[in-house]
Amino acid sequence: MFDRYLIDAATVRNTGPADAPTGFAFEARLGYYRGLGLSMIEELNVAIDGEPLPRAAVRFDEGAGPLTLDEMETAYDRRWAFAAPATILVTHPGGYPAGDHTLSLQQKLRVSYMPFPSFNFDEKVVTIAA
Amino acid sequence: MTSKIKRGVSLYSFQEEMFLGQMTVEDGIAFAAGIGARGIEILPEQNMPTFPHIDDAEIARWHAMLDRHGAHFTCYDMFLDTKLRKGELLSDDEQVASISRDLELCHRLGIRNMRILIFVRPDILERCVPTAEKYDIHMGVEVHAPWHLEHAWILRTIEIADRLGTRHLGILPDMGIFMKHYPPEFRARFERQGARPEITQFIVDQHEQKIMCEYTIYDVAVKMGGNKAEIAMAETLRHAPYANPKRLADYAPYFRHIQAKFYGMTADCTDPTIAYDEVIPVLVDCGWEGTLSSEYEGNRWVQDVEPVDSREQVRRQHVMFERLIANAEAHRAPAAA
Repeated sequence: MFDRYLIDAATVRNTGPADAPTGFAFEARLGYYRGLGLSMIEELNVAIDGEPLPRAAVRFDEGAGPLTLDEMETAYDRRWAFAAPATILVTHPGGYPAGDHTLSLQQKLRVSYMPFPSFNFDEKVVTIAA
Repeated sequence: MTSKIKRGVSLYSFQEEMFLGQMTVEDGIAFAAGIGARGIEILPEQNMPTFPHIDDAEIARWHAMLDRHGAHFTCYDMFLDTKLRKGELLSDDEQVASISRDLELCHRLGIRNMRILIFVRPDILERCVPTAEKYDIHMGVEVHAPWHLEHAWILRTIEIADRLGTRHLGILPDMGIFMKHYPPEFRARFERQGARPEITQFIVDQHEQKIMCEYTIYDVAVKMGGNKAEIAMAETLRHAPYANPKRLADYAPYFRHIQAKFYGMTADCTDPTIAYDEVIPVLVDCGWEGTLSSEYEGNRWVQDVEPVDSREQVRRQHVMFERLIANAEAHRAPAAA
């Protein structure tokens, strides 16, 4: 319902020291019409320029500190609120070169009233600043 | 005779603009009150960012906001995360505890109707009746397409309500069950995704004839070699029922709030899809008392080609409601007068 709005393209940046980036990060929103507990966010699949990044490289922070996807599975007291941006951090030594890249994000959610998982997907051309 | 139907809006209707930060909840309340739809339905898990931790100051802030606009709460939309933990469902006790938490918050907010998600087990709800009675809250199981008023799953709730003799458990119909005509917004979206007009016309014609959906899905997917968008459009028919609006009168004692689902209104304020022209006379004739609460769900079908204007859509729906209610009052069936 909100797929096209998941990735905030203006927020993509390398992280870590400017001369030796350790990865990249961006702000994203949950593609759902309500907030959801973090334990029910099963996957945040990130790919850049068509290359899927490993699950273990992805961390999530809605404001209470970064968690790996494994840690999110039992984060029963934390929620990703409706329409609220959260930071998705990806470990990728060296970061990405300045310029345009294609970034995609797939969210796999465990929505209790649905018989199957819910998938949201957004893909945008983003610019990493020099 | 004047009917007892009141008009309201669910904040769900403004989800597009709220998601994009173009509207606040107060903007939604102000707009609704401004068109005379003073009853506000909320989804705490959408509209209250700190849910489930809502302190008294937050509740006071909401009431002050409603007061500023001459509005009031009508309904609390609950959720139940039975799949909170990976690989196992919440126990029955945990489900009852979660619903009890919502009933308590609903009570603290001063709301007396709760929308219960349709998947919640009737026997779990039976266990929640004493709490609902204590707080004087009507738990209404959302009768949502593809279920309908006489679906056996819904009849389980009716049976429990009758057996307990309670007025605190019943139903809450979503008008999406009265989809008389296929939504033009759906069709247009599938055509933008590559569905061929001759195939989309076939699907619309099949729906118009009320042919059971599986025939159409098979025809499109297999016989016509439908592409992805065409098959997806045919599959929407599984959730596009037209139930008999006359049944609303039979079940009127079991509901006091309606989710007035719609996907798009025409510029002349008619709904091309949902049979409100049949629904409202039934409600007026049977003397139903409650709130018609707008639930605009068209945003996701048009957002790829145009800016969504939820307020204008809601406004048009209420122009239609006023017209249909007035007409129905003028022509009220003599037997019910």
